[in-house]
Amino acid sequence: MSLLTVERIKLFSTRSPWWCMIIATALTVGLASISAAATKSSDLSEFTPVVTQDASELGLVVMMVMATLAITTEYRFSTIRATFLAVPTRTSALVAKAVVVALLAGIVGEIIAVGSWGIARLIQPDAPLGINTAQEYRSVFGVGLLYLLSAVLALAIGLLVRQSAGAVVIELIYLLLLESLLPAIPRIGDHLQHWLPFTVATNFIVAGEPATSDGSEAIEGMPLGPWGSLLYYAAVCVGLFVIGLILAKRRDA
Amino acid sequence: MIEAQGLIKRYGRTVAVNDLSFTVQPGKVTGFLGPNGAGKSTTMRMILGLDNPSAGAVRIDGRRYAELKQPLCEVGALLEAKWVHPNRSARSHLRWMAASNRIPAKRVDEVLEIVGLTGVAGKRAGGFSLGMAQRLGIATALLGDPGVLLFDEPVNGLDPEGILWIRRFMRRLADEGRTVFVSSHLLSEMALTAQELIVIGRGRLIAQTSTRAFIDMASESAVRVRGPEMERLHGVLTGQGLAVRDVPAGDDGPAALLVPNSSTEQIGELVGRVGLVLHELAAQRGSLEQAFIQLTGGEVEYHAGALAGSGNGPPPAGTPTAPAQLTGPPARRTEAAAADATRGGDAR
Repeated sequence: MSLLTVERIKLFSTRSPWWCMIIATALTVGLASISAAATKSSDLSEFTPVVTQDASELGLVVMMVMATLAITTEYRFSTIRATFLAVPTRTSALVAKAVVVALLAGIVGEIIAVGSWGIARLIQPDAPLGINTAQEYRSVFGVGLLYLLSAVLALAIGLLVRQSAGAVVIELIYLLLLESLLPAIPRIGDHLQHWLPFTVATNFIVAGEPATSDGSEAIEGMPLGPWGSLLYYAAVCVGLFVIGLILAKRRDA
Repeated sequence: MIEAQGLIKRYGRTVAVNDLSFTVQPGKVTGFLGPNGAGKSTTMRMILGLDNPSAGAVRIDGRRYAELKQPLCEVGALLEAKWVHPNRSARSHLRWMAASNRIPAKRVDEVLEIVGLTGVAGKRAGGFSLGMAQRLGIATALLGDPGVLLFDEPVNGLDPEGILWIRRFMRRLADEGRTVFVSSHLLSEMALTAQELIVIGRGRLIAQTSTRAFIDMASESAVRVRGPEMERLHGVLTGQGLAVRDVPAGDDGPAALLVPNSSTEQIGELVGRVGLVLHELAAQRGSLEQAFIQLTGGEVEYHAGALAGSGNGPPPAGTPTAPAQLTGPPARRTEAAAADATRGGDAR
């Protein structure tokens, strides 16, 4: 427990996590409300809960940056050495950090998801925005789970790269470019796409959504169901973090 | 007590620390002396479990650092003053360190008081001067009231007041029965601070001895003699097989003779026997820096070409440090080797 306190003090005693949380929430909810307001009344019947979460990736990236910085700034300012002096077993200190950062990202993700949905409901009271089915619950409240797991992934990359700019660039290039470019490879692209971490993670939110006039949110033929997808994504995130832990234990601090 | 046994640290093909064994006793300030790049900081990081040794082990009171349950309460370390997030306040920094080892929060205010940072405890550490950052580092080291303390070059960049403060402070910690291990590349600084010395060069142990003994061994003594009949004096001394050098008149007096590796007693008696008059008979010591360079001469990582050149060339005229340079590396080497042999003998 004391290690969780340590990481909580560390995280909240500098300003950047606060800024990340504020920016993530303001940007995402702001964008969600703009698209809610801009939705034409003819399209209103397709304005479902899952559509209100279209901007959630924005906040997700910001929170991943926060999670990465939580570890890379420790390397940048050598406080990681102070940490390892205080907790020489290293693993417990890093796991405590992952728990604190992931929980925070999860809470922020929930706030963003509910906020985006709530504001859309206020702006478009006539849209079918009720949350009743399991699918609708998942598409709104599931966003927080993705934030939580993605924070672990971002922390793992930070732990492996140990350098802020490098880690963030890797995350952005992968998230924004590689996941959309890899499926374009002829023949194997489609199979590859079914196992790309973020695509699978998104499947947890959008699986089973009916196709709209803009096309389907869900990708055809995903091999895993929604919860299977979440489990797969969790395995990727935790797996990478475990590799990070092993390396952190073996490397010189 | 800190015990290192056969410590080796390799980075690729470079060997930073080479088969280093030593013990640091409680109740004394032990200096860890060596030129820059000799492996002092690497050794300290290995003591603290931050770097893994390639071979060998180091134990603190019989246990490896990683085996300590609440390490901050047993070992305090100041390796670098700037191990603080610049946007975090001094108090927050100490608060999370304290929480990690279940040290009560009121201890944070105590150590801030000890190092005199109470007034700026809420300010961001990034704005601290080097002296203040150093004090914060010391506060961190003291947080758990540990029995073993490590300081890496604590006086670097401090003003005279800060240096004096740290020096007294380390003495006090040792007087309280703690183990105090402090590294420096300055023998003159260590001569004032440390009672014991562990000297390394290029990752190897050169000597572990008391500071007094090390300085006696390291700094060359020579005798300066002067009399009205300089030529006869010269003849008498060389006749006894002593190496004699002429010192022309200069800043430190009229022309004289300098006799290295001798004593005032020996020369006084010698000259008395032949009935010569003397106007001056004085023991002289080379500077500590000079001695240190010569002792670790073979072990310095980067050899300054200019330095080596001046040592082999004609002697610079009549400076008090000249004798040490003139007597040259060969004599020094044998002394260092002898010291090495003695230490080896002690160990066995």
